Amino acid sequence: MTQSTLTIAGQPVAHESAHLHVSGEAVYADDIPLPADALHAALGMSTIAHGRVRVLDLEPVRAAAGVVDVVTAADVPGENNFGPVLHDDPIFTDAQVQFAGQSLFGVAAVSYEEARRAARLARVEYEELPAILDVRQALAAGSFVLPTQVLRRGDPQAALAQAPHRLRGSLTIGGQEHFYLEGHVAVAIPQEDGTLLIHSSTQHPTEVQHAVAHALRMPFHRVTVQCRRMGGGFGGKESQPAQFACAAALLAHRTGRPVKLRLDRDADMVMSGKRHDFLVEYDVGFDGQGRIRGLELMLASRCGYSADLSGPVNDRAVCHVDNCYFLEHLQLTSHRCKTNTVSNTAFRGFGGPQGMMAIEAAIDDIARHLQVDPVAVRRANFYGVAERNVTHYGMTVEDNIIHRIVDELEASSTYAERRRRVEELNAASPVIKRGIALTPVKFGISFNATQYNQAGALVHVYTDGSVLINHGGTEMGQGLYTKVAQVVAEEFQLDLARVRSSATDTAKVPNTSATAASSGSDLNGKAAQAAARTIKERLVHFAADKYAVPTAAVRFEKGKVHVGERAFEFAELVLEAYAARVCLWAGGYYRTPKIHWDRKTLSGRPFFYFAYGAAVSEVALDTLTGEFRLLRVDILHDVGTSLNPAVDLGQVEGGFLQGVGWLTSEELWWDARGQLGTHAPSTYKIPAAGDWPADTRVRLLERAPNVEDTIFRSKAVGEPPLMLAISVFHAIRDACASCGEPGARPALAAPATPESILNAIASMTEAAAQLRQVAAGGRG
Amino acid sequence: MAQVAGGEIRFILDGKTVRASHLAPTTTLLQFLRDRLGRTGTKEGCAEGDCGACTVVVGELAGERIRYRAVNSCIRFLPTLDGKEVVSVESLKAPDGALHPVQRAMVDCHASQCGFCTPGFVMSLFALYLNQDGAQRHQIVSALTGNLCRCTGYRPIIDAGRRMYDYAPPPVWSREEAQSSARRNALRALERGTSLALDAAPGFHAPTGSDELARLYAEHPHALLLGGGTDVGLWVTKQLRSLPMLIYIGNVVELQVLREADGVLDIGASVSLTDAYLALVARYPMLAEIAERFGSPPVRNAGTLGGNVANGSPIGDSMPFLMVLGATLRLRRGERRRELPLESFYLGYQKKALEPGEFLEAVRVPLPRPGRLFASYKVSKRFDQDISAVCGAFAVDLEGGRVASVRIAFGGMAAVPQRAPLTEAALAGKPWSQQSVLAALPALERDYTPLTDMRASAGYRLLAARNLLRRFFLEQDRATVAPCKLEQVAGVVT
Repeated sequence: MTQSTLTIAGQPVAHESAHLHVSGEAVYADDIPLPADALHAALGMSTIAHGRVRVLDLEPVRAAAGVVDVVTAADVPGENNFGPVLHDDPIFTDAQVQFAGQSLFGVAAVSYEEARRAARLARVEYEELPAILDVRQALAAGSFVLPTQVLRRGDPQAALAQAPHRLRGSLTIGGQEHFYLEGHVAVAIPQEDGTLLIHSSTQHPTEVQHAVAHALRMPFHRVTVQCRRMGGGFGGKESQPAQFACAAALLAHRTGRPVKLRLDRDADMVMSGKRHDFLVEYDVGFDGQGRIRGLELMLASRCGYSADLSGPVNDRAVCHVDNCYFLEHLQLTSHRCKTNTVSNTAFRGFGGPQGMMAIEAAIDDIARHLQVDPVAVRRANFYGVAERNVTHYGMTVEDNIIHRIVDELEASSTYAERRRRVEELNAASPVIKRGIALTPVKFGISFNATQYNQAGALVHVYTDGSVLINHGGTEMGQGLYTKVAQVVAEEFQLDLARVRSSATDTAKVPNTSATAASSGSDLNGKAAQAAARTIKERLVHFAADKYAVPTAAVRFEKGKVHVGERAFEFAELVLEAYAARVCLWAGGYYRTPKIHWDRKTLSGRPFFYFAYGAAVSEVALDTLTGEFRLLRVDILHDVGTSLNPAVDLGQVEGGFLQGVGWLTSEELWWDARGQLGTHAPSTYKIPAAGDWPADTRVRLLERAPNVEDTIFRSKAVGEPPLMLAISVFHAIRDACASCGEPGARPALAAPATPESILNAIASMTEAAAQLRQVAAGGRG
Repeated sequence: MAQVAGGEIRFILDGKTVRASHLAPTTTLLQFLRDRLGRTGTKEGCAEGDCGACTVVVGELAGERIRYRAVNSCIRFLPTLDGKEVVSVESLKAPDGALHPVQRAMVDCHASQCGFCTPGFVMSLFALYLNQDGAQRHQIVSALTGNLCRCTGYRPIIDAGRRMYDYAPPPVWSREEAQSSARRNALRALERGTSLALDAAPGFHAPTGSDELARLYAEHPHALLLGGGTDVGLWVTKQLRSLPMLIYIGNVVELQVLREADGVLDIGASVSLTDAYLALVARYPMLAEIAERFGSPPVRNAGTLGGNVANGSPIGDSMPFLMVLGATLRLRRGERRRELPLESFYLGYQKKALEPGEFLEAVRVPLPRPGRLFASYKVSKRFDQDISAVCGAFAVDLEGGRVASVRIAFGGMAAVPQRAPLTEAALAGKPWSQQSVLAALPALERDYTPLTDMRASAGYRLLAARNLLRRFFLEQDRATVAPCKLEQVAGVVT
């Protein structure tokens, strides 16, 4: 189906909850009215990064005002774990403390304030052990959560040795706090016969269900998890909510009373995992055009104390070190470092952004070394369309449109002309320096782990012709419910007002995957479409039989069903079908075709397709303070045939600015004892309204249907635009470079805070001074 | 001491008088709205006034008009709303359920995604809508600096700030209806002849006169003086501290005075930062950027300049420029008043030259002197609503091209905001030249021993401080033609 035939899908309709958002009527987990006997929970946290608990005296907690129950690891009847993969994440740690902020116990009290106060009253004595806090320390100590992996293609050592040019470089990339506006929250409500209803702010209701059931030693059918909406997720509510839901569920189970556990912002930022920070080292050989001949690349990430999702996160980093570039001879080493810090987790892009940052740094270094425009080097390395098109993990890139995107964007942004102008301005401006960069994005769509690429949906047609949808995907603001409703409305040709989505619920659609990997609308849209088509088919057969027309003569169009020469209101036909005992509800199921992945050999076709985009950013920076401003951004992004251009534009713009935050103002800072110092918005700075540049030209790529058979030929959009922000980082790098000698490569660490920027400028002036000394020595 | 039977807090909400009693005085407006009134549209995002999800609008009588301003309900103690009007996101729809223009604009611009921050944005835009007819982009952005959104990238929200003026005025909460006599009368009806006192622990008093305040504080020297509560609120919501008796100074008439006399701008201790900075920028236009970057509109609407000064945080942004301008503090204890130079007020980290029972009545700022070179700069990771890594201020008087007098002060460089005597000495009497400035820079390292923390390293702070002094010279020097501040190029695209 092409765009022109769509009438409801493809329209820029408002988010299904927009009218509720703006009036304060949208209900989030914390807004659900509680029964009068409900309790509030809080968690007691460790204050050291590594050690053993010698004494945990909870008497002061039990004795505190309002306290009803206190629980520790010993009180968990089943498995004391919320970790999804390796089962190494205790809900309450036992004797071993592995990071500062680790959960030691839970307390339930009659009010939120009393629970929080009580949680601070425990008397804890520790035997402190030396802590490994960052990647370098972990590498030195050989401390890993998973064994190191190596991917090798071609003969990188020979290619490096023979390359006309060769550079070594390194890059540190900071982590990122999700800072969803709604923090973690779970409400556990005991129901009859020992069952539990849990409202959780989660991207993964099924995993919450499983973790709670395991912890309470219950079959899954006793635990129902619901989520109508989240106040933001970004990956931070994929594996993390299970811990808080388990604690609430345990306290509810023991007391027989509803228990709400809502973390305050500081606890949320201390206790929940973040984007992995990375150390990257590279040794790259290339020719005079900047085409990479051979590359040795080391990625080392800070995983924190446990595996959590670090395996797949790092796999995705491995799968994105190519970005848009053909790397014929490559050796890639991936270290998953174990540290005494919070366990890092999923975050929009899931390792992909860090992988791309690595190769883009190498590309920029090559361009600076050769003193050519970085865009020329990028082009020289692009995957071909029919040749040079196999990734380092063995997948053929069949849908390459990066050439078209970069050509169009380079022209529409007048990149070349502006680059010249930037150079002119900089020559006459000693304090304020400008920089400009164009960077591309290619991002693989599907979960690397093949099994997660499935989804279910349930569609009900009621006898008045209204439609209710339920599916396994969760709504975190990305517009999934809106898009799926558009898909179903399109199938039935109904006005959107006739189609409603209900809260995600493990009792309705079971065994769901996390709403993650940008896959929400790909998977759930297809599943809902399948359900709608099943019902439609029954209606077609019923109408064809009853009115003796061929099935081909039954058409759904603009709210009506045409049956031969007759036309019925949808509701009219539905009522007739009901009377004739036609089933008017259906389940739909979808699994992504073509994909496979071997985690051991890091090879296969993990992705159904790729989403592409590119951005040009221009910055000005103050070389006295290191502060910068983003002056203008041009974006051209590929969403295939858009299911909803307004929603997609929102994802592109929002993802971009979130990426800008990651690479500039958002700095996570731990002190020497492993305590997180940036645990509130007063100290952790996500972009504010003033950070959106005044001059933006953001467009969705037109006439670019997905070559694969996705839902109405659309493409996933959640994660890819975040990586457009790499253009901002490189524009800053470009501005820094203008402070040095030609050929100088600024050592700019991410995030590019004012301090990082001044350090990068200093690194070049120091390097230049050294060069001059050498040159002077040579002459002498 | 005036006492009121019952100790009841009264405020207007949706045209009705809400009465609250027997509540801890540290109960926040947010808690009251959500937990007592079930109005869950207003959200808690951070409980420290930094994210804006809790934004509401507060109306109060100001002469013949009602002044409406956005504030953070998460750190606003309920008793400070006594006699005022509260507008929350649930208040805006018309009686027939139609969305307010602000809400319609947000929907039509696709300005909500997850929706959790949305009520706060709606209320910040609503305050803008009530206060001006039409807004330029920079005014909209400025009105939104206290609201964080993690989803949209802000572009559609900024668009909504423009679009909201395109709709017909609504039946309720148009600019006109907001100033209706019914609304004014409802507020007048709440005016009390006496001051509010609440018995519930730890006790709360809101004196209305400086004499009453002086008496009360002398009787209860261990009480805590509460102004805008933008810091004290956090002691409760984040540190879970138990506070002593609270004396709220927001109703003290004499402390609300803002006047110019005898070459001095006299800013009463409970004048909001919004009003104080308006007056300061009118006289010192170069403070516009500091004013804009200080907190956010909700913080500036609630917080006071007096509180910023009396709190004495090492990173407060007002103190460096107040010090170099030679500001003094008028302090009162009982019947005794004295005046102290600001720089003598800070004795050490969290230690101030205040006697028990003594309080700040006013900050006194000398008016501009012709020919004086003056600037104040702030450096932070984020431009808007961030706490300074370094904040510097410089004032130089020249005679015959030489530095006749110089005052330099920094925040973020020591345990208290303080002047740079050695650097000042290095410049005094010297020709005002780049050479003199460069020669004076090393003295900064002897003036200050800054800390490394999450905002910046000690090394960066020293380097930035040196460079701010260099920028001060460049900015004042006629020979400088190239831009030396980002503001000069922002919005100028190649």
